[in-house]
Amino acid sequence: MSPHAQRRLFAIGALVIAAGAFAWLSQASMSQDLVYYWSPTELLSKGDAAKGATVRIMGLVEKGSVDWKPNEQTLVFRVTDGSKQVTIEGKGAPPQMFREGIGVVVEGEMGPDGIFRSHEVLVKHNNEYKPPVAGMPPADMSKTLVTEGS
Amino acid sequence: MISLPHLASLPVTPGQLTGLLAILTIVLMNISRGRVWYHLPSWEHAFGLVGLSLLVDGQYLGLVDAPREAMMGETGRIMYVHVPSAWLTMVVFLFTCIFAVAFLLTGKRVFDLLVESTTEVGIVLSILLQATGMLFAKPTWGVYWDWDPRLVSTTVMMLSFMGVLSLRAALDDADRRATWTSVGAILATTSMGVTYMSVRWWRSIHQMQSSPDTVAKPMVLILRINAFAFLFLSVWLIARRWRIADAQARMDEAPPLPPEVTV
Repeated sequence: MSPHAQRRLFAIGALVIAAGAFAWLSQASMSQDLVYYWSPTELLSKGDAAKGATVRIMGLVEKGSVDWKPNEQTLVFRVTDGSKQVTIEGKGAPPQMFREGIGVVVEGEMGPDGIFRSHEVLVKHNNEYKPPVAGMPPADMSKTLVTEGS
Repeated sequence: MISLPHLASLPVTPGQLTGLLAILTIVLMNISRGRVWYHLPSWEHAFGLVGLSLLVDGQYLGLVDAPREAMMGETGRIMYVHVPSAWLTMVVFLFTCIFAVAFLLTGKRVFDLLVESTTEVGIVLSILLQATGMLFAKPTWGVYWDWDPRLVSTTVMMLSFMGVLSLRAALDDADRRATWTSVGAILATTSMGVTYMSVRWWRSIHQMQSSPDTVAKPMVLILRINAFAFLFLSVWLIARRWRIADAQARMDEAPPLPPEVTV
């Protein structure tokens, strides 16, 4: 085989493998076996099986549920996915962007009492970038953000 | 707090000043060596000049003119570096793939050298992407790094293209080196597609791609200016790197020097 024909064969082979791998991944990604986080509904549907294991859950911080005690450094709040809520309890201050209505990813474990003990709270920003509206009180800024799906 | 005036109210923008200074420097360098325009400057320097001027003005706009972001405040301004690096990482690696296919189909050396150049520039951009991403993540998400699908796939992409360069460095025969670099580059492009799709396929802490519908108008314009700055500078870097690779290839091909004559 001439070097030219051989190279063309390599091109076709590499493209087929690359496209095949991409297509396979796009299908395999639909599998829910391995996910970065669960929603509160998914966590609660596992029942006792999920208790004690370190998992991440993602949801919105429920309005009016945040109880931050600076003296004890304890943070209690509820995350919701619209249908189910989970109460989160943890130590330490959350990231600056933490506020009511914003998305959070919480890593921790479900206790036997049904309260989720957080090891770490991450704040999830959505894909909107906007300047604040004039005269808007800082606490209301999050209201301009549309809640996103998981 | 020092408040700087908006770009439009300045008589000369910092970018225009940078461009003028750069041209002046080139002219002075040539005069000082006793020759004005010894040879015509390479075409790619025009891209470098425009890119640099756009970058200076774009960053000024991002740091001064752009409104602060409602949720992230002043921290949000890092997106004027982070988002263009992400776009250009993707664009440059896409061209790596195109040049790799072009080399395998035509066998022309120029495409092989362009595969090498775009891979290196793409790696530089992806390092910038990762670095600004970590600096962006700490004050917003709360961590520099997490084992998240977007972050992991971006790292895999970067390592894949670094692997292409290792493969290239390991092969001595010029023809085999060129062929296998291109094959490796095409395979590595899969990881670029996966990185792009990662926020759609999997659940991630990283948000989905923004679009002009989800970003306020003045921010979109400033992002575009910076994207073009990155584009022009990438063309400049790729062309410069290609010239080095071309000179190296010519040197490798040249017949060996005759043995030294001892008198």
